[in-house]
Amino acid sequence: MTHRHGDEAAYSGQAALEIGQVVAEQTFELTRDTLVRYAGASGDFNPIHYRDDTAQGVGLPGVLAHGMLTMGLAVQPVVDWLGGDSGKIVDYQVRFTRPVPVDAEAGASVTVVAKVGVLDDAGARIDLTVTFNDETVLGKAQVRVAAGSW
Amino acid sequence: MPVNPELQGRSYPATSPYLVGREKVREFARAVLATSPLNLDPDAARAAGYSDVVAPPTFPVVVQEHTLAQLLGDPDAGIDFSRVVHGDQRFTYTRPIVAGDELTATLTVTSVKSLGGHSMVTAESAIADATGAHVVTAISTLVVRGDE
Repeated sequence: MTHRHGDEAAYSGQAALEIGQVVAEQTFELTRDTLVRYAGASGDFNPIHYRDDTAQGVGLPGVLAHGMLTMGLAVQPVVDWLGGDSGKIVDYQVRFTRPVPVDAEAGASVTVVAKVGVLDDAGARIDLTVTFNDETVLGKAQVRVAAGSW
Repeated sequence: MPVNPELQGRSYPATSPYLVGREKVREFARAVLATSPLNLDPDAARAAGYSDVVAPPTFPVVVQEHTLAQLLGDPDAGIDFSRVVHGDQRFTYTRPIVAGDELTATLTVTSVKSLGGHSMVTAESAIADATGAHVVTAISTLVVRGDE
């Protein structure tokens, strides 16, 4: 690739992106049912994700969402932005900074905002801001997307 | 028992092959609230150039889990699972996993660090298909809390 910043629109079929541009935004409603489904699908049966007594026994307020469930859903708005093709994603990383407690009745609302963080010859880095109760729950949540994917 | 500082650089044998089933991909996709037809509909996946339904980006954790079990089950590693917190997670992809893939994974401990009484263990699990070609590498940092 010889294109430089500002030339993104020159890629055939590729819309120009700007740093800071929001490419996707979505709120996910989690319930205990969501956690049980994720436990079964992933094979992660740690009881802190379905038993309040176990969670409270290790000093937690109650049942928490699996960190990998939060990571798994947080990338979905980006996948949708890419036309549903996750093959355009070359790298995805997160840091687990804060737990997401899922109340038995109220559940938990997790909001994802995906913004363009970096544009370079390799493509784009999409930075995810993932919040629960107005606090971020993932740090350094970054999705690397190959050039020509959007 | 502290984490064995000599763990750094250690590799474990490749896991036995994991055959990725179409219904498993669909089940996992629904569980992470994915809605892309490529995850659910084989015809949509084929139209996009894949041989079968495409697994969501975090599906490799299912295969990686078998390698982490090797590490956590190694008495010489000295990792007390009840003290482990998942610190961070990364996937670097050559291609997405698709149904029909037969995958093996090989874990290598790339770093062991001490930080304020805790240990940070970083493990990379390289996942390859039946031809031996790289598919994705899953990297986890586990924080092992020290004695209170």
